[in-house]
Amino acid sequence: MGAFGHYLLAHLDTLKHEFWALFVGGVANGLLYGMIAVGYTLVYGVLRLINFAHSEIFMAGGFAGYFVMKALVGASAPSAFASVGLIVLGIVAGGVAGAVMAALLERVAYRTLRRRNAPRLAYLISAIGASYFLFNLAGKEFGHIAVSTPQPYINHAVFHIFGAPVLMYYIIILIAGVIMFIALDRLVAKTRLGRGIRAVAQDAETASLMGVNIDRTIAITFIVGGALGGAAGFLFAMGTGVVYTMGFVPALKAFTAAVLGGIGNLRGAMIGGLILGVFEGLCVVFVQAAYIDVVAFGILVLVLLVRPTGILGERLGRSA
Amino acid sequence: MLDVKDAVVRYGAITALHGISFNVEQGEIVALLGANGAGKSTTLRMLSGLHAPASGQILFEGEDVTRTKAHEFSKLGISHVPEGRRIFPQMSVEENLEMGAFNRRGSTSDDRDHMYETFPILKERRKQLGANLSGGEQQMLAIARALMARPRLLLLDEPSMGLAPMIVETIFGIIGEIRTAGTTVLVVEQNASQALRLADRGYVMENGRIVFGDLAKNLLHDERVRAVYLGESVES
Repeated sequence: MGAFGHYLLAHLDTLKHEFWALFVGGVANGLLYGMIAVGYTLVYGVLRLINFAHSEIFMAGGFAGYFVMKALVGASAPSAFASVGLIVLGIVAGGVAGAVMAALLERVAYRTLRRRNAPRLAYLISAIGASYFLFNLAGKEFGHIAVSTPQPYINHAVFHIFGAPVLMYYIIILIAGVIMFIALDRLVAKTRLGRGIRAVAQDAETASLMGVNIDRTIAITFIVGGALGGAAGFLFAMGTGVVYTMGFVPALKAFTAAVLGGIGNLRGAMIGGLILGVFEGLCVVFVQAAYIDVVAFGILVLVLLVRPTGILGERLGRSA
Repeated sequence: MLDVKDAVVRYGAITALHGISFNVEQGEIVALLGANGAGKSTTLRMLSGLHAPASGQILFEGEDVTRTKAHEFSKLGISHVPEGRRIFPQMSVEENLEMGAFNRRGSTSDDRDHMYETFPILKERRKQLGANLSGGEQQMLAIARALMARPRLLLLDEPSMGLAPMIVETIFGIIGEIRTAGTTVLVVEQNASQALRLADRGYVMENGRIVFGDLAKNLLHDERVRAVYLGESVES
């Protein structure tokens, strides 16, 4: 057995011991990626465009939640009841900020171009421009140094699975992520609004003949995706803190997740997020932490090369 | 019911309709005939807001709808069955029907049941995706979907396109029934003989103009129409 074999064996041993701890953390990260990824996939579904300013929607949600926590979380640890209230408030604040930011971006960076039947490249430039404008503005207004968010809860291990602690932070992400994703899935599959979104995704012109207001539906699609992205921003901010560039890496990873699951496919975005999160988590055993982003974006390149339609392929149109 | 006056439609530098005028009366079936590229589909697309006219006027039941947006027409009482049927491929038959009633308030299940009576095959297929239907089934679904909005005027673009003759008979039979049930019909067809046997009146279009219009029975015997559009189909 060569040196590589020993290397692998030793690391597999570590993996065996650390597996569940890494898995739990990976699932939590993956859920956050998924919540951001649905924003890419929704917008792609109706416009066939990647919203490269989605990172700033996430950032807006992070800062909104941060300011709410800063204003409301006191010096002493809040009661369980107050904790739940604060977290829900933070999620709502993040979601509203994300939705407002998404609506603004649609109005300013997208609708104006659609009016002029601009070529696709124009949207890309416009979105990247908006993104630079927004994060630099945030840097100027809120400072260029990362700050941590006051914690509205005590981050203790709630229970253990196979000896691995499951922290309160992960439980919050799990509950929030699952609720939001099921709500979104049902919204798109079962409601009139969701039917309108799917109709525009499948055939916008015919949707308008059926009475669907395309402009409004596109705006609502941005808003729905923005709400989830903003809420994810707050959840991320609780664990990592806020800074004006906080959106860049998570959003790019979420984009990877969306492509991995199949861009345009809601469930694919969530599955892609989970796979990427867990894979990244487990990679820590094999490569230095600094290489994790390399692995994540390596996956993006690999998916694009091997299976550009992703795991599930594009089918926002479908109800299930 | 419908009055079109001097309507001009341009696509960029190209003029697709050079000021066309025609009318459709309540309870009629009117056929728009003409070769490929004559402007028939553009006319229908203009009438449902997909292409705003550069000049001219469109009146529907006395109301000016020249600048009305596409998504507002179904509420006004005009439904458009587009060329190529344009069924939502990833929606079930049932969801496609519900899309037809998108802007209607209240329950539409009675209408849906009525469509299933009129088109029994759609009931059998109601859980299937639109993409998996045959051409004839898709055409029936496209018509049923448009009727879900309870239109007073139905615009039909090439309902016979790509369908077997027997299916075409069925479709035209259904169009006759739709009129009997009280819906006015404006139909665009390449299959001129079939359309004229069903229609009350017809207009013939050439190069973005209406060159003449008459009662359908006169057009069927009109030398100009016979020479250009019925040459083959009369014999067959």
